[in-house]
Amino acid sequence: MNKLAWLLAALFLAIAPHLTHMPLWVGPLCLVLGAWRFSVERRHARLPNKWLLLLLAATATAGVFSHYLTVFGRDAGVALLVVMIAFKLMEMKSLRDTMVVIFLSYFLVITGFLYSQSIPTALYLLLVVLITTVSMIGYSDVKDGLAAQPRLRLAGVLLVQAVPLMLVLFVLFPRVGPLWGLPKDAHTGMTGLSDSMSPGAISQLISSEAVAFRVDFDGPPPQRGGRYWRGPVLWDFDGRTWSTHRPLDDAPAQFTPQSAALHYTVTLEAHDQRWLFALELPVTLPPGSRAGSDFQILAQAPVRQRLRYSLASHTQYRFGLELGEKERQRALRLPAGGNVRSIELARSWRDTLKSPHAIVNQALAMFRDDTFFYTLNPPLLGQQAVDDFLFNTRRGFCEHYASSFVFLMRAAGVPARVVTGYQGGEINPLGDYLIVRQSDAHAWAEVWLAQQGWVRVDPTAAVSPARIESGIAAALPNTELPFALAQLDPTWLKRARLSWDLLNNNWNQWVLGYGQERQSRFLSRFHAMLASWQGMAVAMVTSVAALLLLIALWMLWHAPQRGKDPVRAAYLTFCSRLAHRGIARLPQEGPADFALRAMRLRPDLAAQIDLITQLYISLRYGGQRGDAGELKRAVRRFRP
Amino acid sequence: MAGLAQRLAGWSVSRPLRPVSFLKQLLRPAQEVAPVTLTQRRIYILPTRHGLVFALLLLAMLLGAINYANSMGFVLTFLLGSLAVVSILHTWRNLAQLTVSVGKRTPVFVGQEARFEICLGNTNNIPRYAIGLSVEKGSGEFTDVAPHQSACLVFSLPARQRGLLQAPSFTLFSTFPLGLFRAWSHLNLEMNCLVYPRPAPESLPLPVSEAQAGQGLRTGVGHEDFSGLRTYHSGDSLRHVAWKAVAREQGMLTKQFSGEARQEVWLDWGALPGMTAEARLSRLTRWVLDADAANQHYGLRLPGRVLAPETGTEHRRQCLEALALYGR
Repeated sequence: MNKLAWLLAALFLAIAPHLTHMPLWVGPLCLVLGAWRFSVERRHARLPNKWLLLLLAATATAGVFSHYLTVFGRDAGVALLVVMIAFKLMEMKSLRDTMVVIFLSYFLVITGFLYSQSIPTALYLLLVVLITTVSMIGYSDVKDGLAAQPRLRLAGVLLVQAVPLMLVLFVLFPRVGPLWGLPKDAHTGMTGLSDSMSPGAISQLISSEAVAFRVDFDGPPPQRGGRYWRGPVLWDFDGRTWSTHRPLDDAPAQFTPQSAALHYTVTLEAHDQRWLFALELPVTLPPGSRAGSDFQILAQAPVRQRLRYSLASHTQYRFGLELGEKERQRALRLPAGGNVRSIELARSWRDTLKSPHAIVNQALAMFRDDTFFYTLNPPLLGQQAVDDFLFNTRRGFCEHYASSFVFLMRAAGVPARVVTGYQGGEINPLGDYLIVRQSDAHAWAEVWLAQQGWVRVDPTAAVSPARIESGIAAALPNTELPFALAQLDPTWLKRARLSWDLLNNNWNQWVLGYGQERQSRFLSRFHAMLASWQGMAVAMVTSVAALLLLIALWMLWHAPQRGKDPVRAAYLTFCSRLAHRGIARLPQEGPADFALRAMRLRPDLAAQIDLITQLYISLRYGGQRGDAGELKRAVRRFRP
Repeated sequence: MAGLAQRLAGWSVSRPLRPVSFLKQLLRPAQEVAPVTLTQRRIYILPTRHGLVFALLLLAMLLGAINYANSMGFVLTFLLGSLAVVSILHTWRNLAQLTVSVGKRTPVFVGQEARFEICLGNTNNIPRYAIGLSVEKGSGEFTDVAPHQSACLVFSLPARQRGLLQAPSFTLFSTFPLGLFRAWSHLNLEMNCLVYPRPAPESLPLPVSEAQAGQGLRTGVGHEDFSGLRTYHSGDSLRHVAWKAVAREQGMLTKQFSGEARQEVWLDWGALPGMTAEARLSRLTRWVLDADAANQHYGLRLPGRVLAPETGTEHRRQCLEALALYGR
């Protein structure tokens, strides 16, 4: 009864976090079946008919299938597991069935980690493990000798003793790569820049406080205005959306650094896309990645786990002095038809102004001096998106400015392209690293000028210099900001937020990011032998054995104390000596009865037994506060 | 090893060789005299069936963690694995250092169930939970044992033959706290139960002694008047032990009382001609019970053993014991 309550509680807690990504009916179904099982136990009623259960379970399986259109993969698999556990409760009879349910409860915990591995999730799921363990103890404690609290304590002691072993295994168990392919839905729900940019694409990201990546600089970080993190480079425009149909596959262009190199390490959150971010412009590439002449860095496979890479970049540079013919054509191509007014405007600039440089300045001056607004909530644009923005609405976010600027440049005959990525980021002074969030997403432009090569131009800076110099929160009025970004933060709140990020960063680096590479790097610091898996295996077995020995010794020495009462201690010693001779005190036996039985069994000791018992009884129950010395001496002499 | 060789040698002489029972006999622990303390060398530990299933689950979880490169998956798998390993120590300690002794044994008649009481003494401060006792394959009873206390477990066995019934070997085990491992100790204690012959079913009148029917005797010992003290002999009623003298460290003394004269009956093996030995014992057993119920003075005469007329439970016990052990 009590055991069942603990088991149901464990299951309920294990299932609860999954309810958000399962069909709505699963939660109520679990509750109903759990309550049903509980009442069956309480009223000693019979379990429901097997055929009825089978029918219901089949219906529920069909329900899961119709929701996901599969029963494989992460989401459908977990939903099916939850439904099956709920039905298993209704036919749980033997100890074997119960153990299966307990084991499945542990298994639910690991599925929880497929969705989130954050610190709060880990703490919560540890609680679920604790409660599941309590229910497991309940089913082994057949005489119900332990109340709820001692059971909880015993489960706690077992887990605490298991932790050192777990740490050793975690550190030393050799990590290998994935063994087989993962289901398609294993990595959904990641946010990040997409491979295309249409109006509104980036402003959606702005409301997300999620971390895109964190950066450790070897020296001082560059100024905020110089922190452009290059991501996808977009070449092709269809009148509304920028994208790259075919990434450039030539080698990265040589460039001439014009400032000192900055060395830094990026820890990129998984975003399920191939591109990697680097400070403009990197001289080295992360291992296993490649880049075209437009410096868009691509990993071999989509980034599905947190990735760490070290780079060196120069923030001042000159690159792409030679522009190939194919590239020039691509950088000038415009969709046929549409946006006539913008094209006319650009052509008038080309005809009146002498150099491409002047055309760029003319466009920036227009954004700066005419009535353009920087806003997160721009009005919707019509079919002729560029015309509509430049001549009607004039309210937009960075993607609007970058998009229309590149359009104007191409129409005026200046090769140009859109670059997306992140701009800025927040320094965490506590850990001395840079946090770049999704809200730092940004889009800018690059134009090609003779003798200068590709030059970065950020039209947003012309409209709203504050966006570049102080960040998004300073550039927008408070009313427009998403709640998370609002400048309500008092200092302590900001500090708390930064401390929390520091903790998360360490958690990510050392716990979640403890993979093959970090493991061998970390272990080889201690001993070269530990870099191989054989070395790790030997160290693992040895330290597990040593730890077990320590725990065993601790358990032997740390038996609960006898208490300070000398009278009781002396009497217990007496009882134990008799017990060693096969005369143990029965639970229901008082001292007098026990003495009588002992004297009968060992008449030769009767006198001593009688004396000790009399002394004990008079000290314990006699009312007078006697001297325990005589009892102690009598017990010391007592050697049966 | 020497013991094993001896047993082997003894076996080949005494009995024909049958492989299965031969092996069983070999593996059977040598008989011991209680009390026995369960030291670490006596305790074995292996995973239960649930433990094996749990190991499979952990393997599946480990593969999942490797494949998804899920760090917390590794943490959980290793935590649960360590939990199981740590539980080995707890299960083992739950059984270790218990003192096993033999409890009360009440003699029974053939056809009844002989009950053996095994008492577990806990001589240290750790409470023990869910200790089970099983004989052969049957799963037995469970008990908890509080610190510095003892608790008894009982198993019974049909008594088919008169005489001393040797208790079979038995197993003390525990799967506490997680049920993933089973610690056990196999014991073969020198422990027997006296089985009296089956009393003859029909009640015949008690035989009347040929000589002194109705004649009083001045038998010395009775219950009425205190007549003095003598040294204690094993078998004396405990109610007659002079405990005050014991407390004064004068040793065990028995109080003696003088009794009144009584009519006496002789239950005589020789008076039952033409019956088999077992039938005679059965008959005599019935008479002992009847005479005792009637509170009569009765004596028992068996070939080679004579018990003088007497009454009381102790006398009854002695008579029944003589009948049970006759010829054994």
